[in-house]
Amino acid sequence: MGTDGKTPEPPSANPGQSKGQQASDREGALPAADLLQGRLSARQMRDLVKESAFAGLIAFGIFVFISGVRIVDQPGGLGLEYHWSRLVLYVGIVCVGRFLWGLRVRLRRPDHVPQWKAILGRTTARAPQVAKILAGFALVFALLLPLMPFASRYLVDTATTILIYIMLAWGLNIVVGLAGLLDLGYVAFYAVGSYSYALLAYYYDFSFWMCLPLAGLFAASFGVILGFPVLRLRGDYLAIVTLGFGEIIRVVLLNWTELTRGPDGIDSIPRPTFFGLPFTRRPAEGADSFHTFFGLDYSSMQRIIFLYYLILVLALITNLFILRVRKLPLGRAWEALREDEVACRSLGINPTNTKLSAFAIGAMFGGFAGAFFATKQAFVSPESFTFIESAIILAIVVLGGMGSQIGVVVAAVLLIGAFEFLRSLEQYRMEALGAAMVVVMIWRPRGLLAHREPTVLLHHDRALDLGEAIEENDS
Amino acid sequence: MAYFLQQLINGVTLGAIYGLIAIGYTLVYGIIGMINFAHGEIFMIGAFMSLITFLLLGLAGLTWVPLALLIVLVASMVLTSVYGWTMERIAYGPLRGSHRLAPLISAIGMSIYLQNYVQNRQGARVRPLAPVITDGISLIETGEFTVSLSYVQVLIIVLTVVLMTVFALLIARTPFGRAQRACEQDQTMAALLGIDVDRTISLTFVSGAALAAVAGTMYLIYYGVIDFFIGFLAGIKAFTAAVLGGIGSLTGAMLGGLLIGLIEVFWSAYFTIEYKDVAAFSILVLVLIFRPTGLLGSPEIEKV
Repeated sequence: MGTDGKTPEPPSANPGQSKGQQASDREGALPAADLLQGRLSARQMRDLVKESAFAGLIAFGIFVFISGVRIVDQPGGLGLEYHWSRLVLYVGIVCVGRFLWGLRVRLRRPDHVPQWKAILGRTTARAPQVAKILAGFALVFALLLPLMPFASRYLVDTATTILIYIMLAWGLNIVVGLAGLLDLGYVAFYAVGSYSYALLAYYYDFSFWMCLPLAGLFAASFGVILGFPVLRLRGDYLAIVTLGFGEIIRVVLLNWTELTRGPDGIDSIPRPTFFGLPFTRRPAEGADSFHTFFGLDYSSMQRIIFLYYLILVLALITNLFILRVRKLPLGRAWEALREDEVACRSLGINPTNTKLSAFAIGAMFGGFAGAFFATKQAFVSPESFTFIESAIILAIVVLGGMGSQIGVVVAAVLLIGAFEFLRSLEQYRMEALGAAMVVVMIWRPRGLLAHREPTVLLHHDRALDLGEAIEENDS
Repeated sequence: MAYFLQQLINGVTLGAIYGLIAIGYTLVYGIIGMINFAHGEIFMIGAFMSLITFLLLGLAGLTWVPLALLIVLVASMVLTSVYGWTMERIAYGPLRGSHRLAPLISAIGMSIYLQNYVQNRQGARVRPLAPVITDGISLIETGEFTVSLSYVQVLIIVLTVVLMTVFALLIARTPFGRAQRACEQDQTMAALLGIDVDRTISLTFVSGAALAAVAGTMYLIYYGVIDFFIGFLAGIKAFTAAVLGGIGSLTGAMLGGLLIGLIEVFWSAYFTIEYKDVAAFSILVLVLIFRPTGLLGSPEIEKV
């Protein structure tokens, strides 16, 4: 592969042509080489080679310094390390890739629909039914998971983490997917929820069950405080203001050391109790703990499994809430607002209040999840609430399909699961995440499993992916 | 008084850097109505390009500072422009005419990608560069405090003024500038009149990236240290500057950059340095509440 695209300078036409022959043979969808000779004129070939050479030149410009040269520390200053083979490889891949792509575009019959696309189209047309079946299976599986023989401590722990992300993504989905507001500082509400439980427990010995509603309340109030001034503005401003807000919260948590203990964080946050029964090995004198009350042997798995079911219930409540609110006027107004704000205003919907409610409710679920996170970890510090967390939650929503509940589950399992499995490749995971966001947006701007399209459209240019399911006017 | 003057000089220098980045935001927003979240990373890449060019020149034995600086600036502008162009072609071009959130999310993905790409290839450690230009002038010497104006600061301010003048002329006088302003007003009409809209948008990204590259070079020689993360905060602040000045307005971006630079420096000097970023964000929120069009922006007319 590297031999043809070795030089960034425009290559002669010969290697390109032989490459093209091989390529057409390799691609099963294309008829054999006679088509290549019959359909591709010499001029087209020249253009194609020119394009590939140009792509190679651009790739050379991009990769030459950042990938081809590496800054290294040396005694007495910085030195450079050269990776020419890597550079040649990258440029070669871009050249050949551009060539094959150009070939494909030129040889494609205009009315030809590739088989995989047809299958995909048929599958996504049935997305709602598939989603329902999938959701049923997922629910049963989630309920039974800790009881399975293979449920190790590590597995249940990972599942708990995934559920936290699912809950957060569902919360964010209200804001991004339903109301169409891009919130880049969602982690701020998660932080508010976490810290409100951590601080109340630390200073006033509040229990988890008292703090859970309080955490949601605090987060929702922060949502209102933040949302009120900025929600009147255009969507993109909101994105950057929420991003700034997320940073402000983190900076304040980091620097207000008298209250939050700064970067050290707050530790030994109390664990939740099972209706007053703690999960301790030796309960206090005269009191019961979980295992003594039920006459079980003590096992640390009991607490892990309890936490798992706790977040499962919280997440399911979130889900149920969203499913129900979507059928209410409020939910309908959110989705209408997402599609056309001017039309909504002329129909008498107050955009600011409607957006504010989405923002506050989304924030509230973030707060609940935050309180759970604090109790699960028994430790919070500003480290856990960086912009990257917001980006991951947003990526789950986006990849799964904005507005799609089951899509979020699939994306969260894939993403967080992949993060867990690829621990050794940890440094590349954010790179892959960023690239995935771009690719998914280009390929399916509404997300992989998005289905809930509006039933009536005024402007057809606003409707995307009309090929996918347009739901019938349900209920 | 002397202390105040010193902070004023520092603030103007920082403001010049923010202003150059802010132009990139304002131009792109003006023409396609999108916040280019990855613009901060473009600035960061510009800084890395400059650092690597400096090191290469050092290895090649070129030590005459003016020539080295010129080469660094040109190399960094060219290579960073390639990034700007490619980014537009890959991540934003296909999404034109898509729903509002799509290009924004794509831009965030791009920003995450570029940041981690540079981190993985160049390492996460802070990269220092030995001062290129060292001397300065002492303006006022009172008993215990000396107000100094370093040559680096002079260079940054002069270069910014020159670049901004050239750029303003470019937009006001040249065919590209006319095409750019026409596309800003009405892309369909511009296309009907024979303007290549795609090419104009690409060139807008290229010029924004080139200015960000200059800002990156300046940042490098002014602070002497860069890492892969500098684009995040600088990007947000430059965006704040663009909003403060009135997004879509060139003069506004410059003015906004200057104000944000001054606010940040004075806040650090007279209040708490830990909260200087909070100050910048609070300004953003306040501006958006009380004057959403910014200082020099014109109100947006919403058409149905």
